[in-house]
Amino acid sequence: MIISESLASFGKYCIFMGRVFSIPDRWKTFFSRTFFEISKLGVDSIPLVIVISLFIGAVITIQMEINTVSPLIPAYSTGLATREIILLEFSNSILCLILAGKVGSNIASEIGTMRVTEQIDALDIMGVNSANFLVLPKVIGFLFYMPILVVFCIFTSFLGGFFIAIFTDIIPLSRFVYGLQTMFQEWYVWYGLIKSLFFSFIITSVAAFYGYFVHGGALEVGKASTNAVVASSILILLLDVVLTKLLLQ
Amino acid sequence: MIEVKNVTKSFDDKTILHDISATFYTGKTNLIIGQSGSGKTVLVKSIVGLVKPEEGEILYDGRDLMQMNVNQTKELRKEIGMLFQGSALFDSETVLGNVMFPLTMFTNMTPAEVKDRAQFCLERVNLKGADKKYPSEISGGMQKRVAIARAIALNPKYLFCDEPNSGLDPRTSILIDELLSDITHEYNITTIINTHDMNSVLGIGENIVFINKGYREWVGDMHEIYKASNEALNEFVFANDLFQKVKAYVLSHEHK
Repeated sequence: MIISESLASFGKYCIFMGRVFSIPDRWKTFFSRTFFEISKLGVDSIPLVIVISLFIGAVITIQMEINTVSPLIPAYSTGLATREIILLEFSNSILCLILAGKVGSNIASEIGTMRVTEQIDALDIMGVNSANFLVLPKVIGFLFYMPILVVFCIFTSFLGGFFIAIFTDIIPLSRFVYGLQTMFQEWYVWYGLIKSLFFSFIITSVAAFYGYFVHGGALEVGKASTNAVVASSILILLLDVVLTKLLLQ
Repeated sequence: MIEVKNVTKSFDDKTILHDISATFYTGKTNLIIGQSGSGKTVLVKSIVGLVKPEEGEILYDGRDLMQMNVNQTKELRKEIGMLFQGSALFDSETVLGNVMFPLTMFTNMTPAEVKDRAQFCLERVNLKGADKKYPSEISGGMQKRVAIARAIALNPKYLFCDEPNSGLDPRTSILIDELLSDITHEYNITTIINTHDMNSVLGIGENIVFINKGYREWVGDMHEIYKASNEALNEFVFANDLFQKVKAYVLSHEHK
């Protein structure tokens, strides 16, 4: 039963994506809406990304330093481990899980509200491909901006570590910086950016799917919003395993 | 003219529309009336193509909606204007933006021409000075008028209204009815209004189709309705004392 329902939902999602990725009715409108979505979904997420990254970067640095006190562990390990955690997992997977909550619920509730207030029907009646008109700019806009958020996240997390090194006596700044630079692999940055692109697609498309097919009223919009966040979080975690296996082995 | 022929629609195992046939005339205010749950909204949604019936034909001036491909349906929809029960205005757009929307999407007019046309439509529905307001900042009656302005922006051949008076006070309801009637005659549009407002039925119903439990039970106009013998129709239309008195008055007046 669950398997058949999941397959039916997946089929419905694929058909929906087919409608989303059709040629826009008006390119000018599409581009203006895409820039609007970049601003709304991407730029408006920067404060959240900065706050979270700054504190998590600081906490990772403290925890690494506290938990690696051993003469057998090299002095640079705190900076190195902090860097690897941030590059490999925090700046992409964990950040996207957090953004699934903010951006995903925003999209699902916005589109869901449009559905229950018949605004989507109004678009369809006018002859507008509502799925394409509403969803494609969100998918493309967030996909475009996601790498920028990842880069923001990486630098702000490092900044959190720097602040710990500068303003506390937990770890000397020189040792932290040396650790950050030691055995740096550029591919890890690309790995994080590639993963974030997949995750951003999941966040926007899954949330839009749940919002678009809402039936009922405000209660159902709320449920759709929650379901969208849960579903996209699970998919992000699953895809994280698959992409890690594919990209790092 | 829109002709509906033998339309049947079911959801799961429940048949909502049973072999419905009706004709809706150009230049007339055509009303679909019936109790809540009678199937009139499903009928309107079937006519506009939001719901696909299992059987039957829906002919727009001879063009069968059921036989149209995606592009033909898209083209047809440019000839359709629709007023939704809750107005369905776009929250993120201003009043002017809402009316400009279909013009921007489907015409090659310059921005200045689009704005002029949108302002003309807003003036036509007697709505001035609200251009820059958002839907949440205006009253329900004003929202309906904006929705009408948006619906007529592209000079539609067919206008659909789903319960245009719901949630409005009696005075505003009458104004909306008069506006819809005026626009229908002025632009020679085929207007279909789905309503259970008796003021509308007796005031502007030039062609009335009564739906009961999914069946088309009666067709006539606002004058014939007083003499209709259909029991379900009489129970529905003349349900309260006031309309019974109106009916008695009209019939006695006619005899004299």
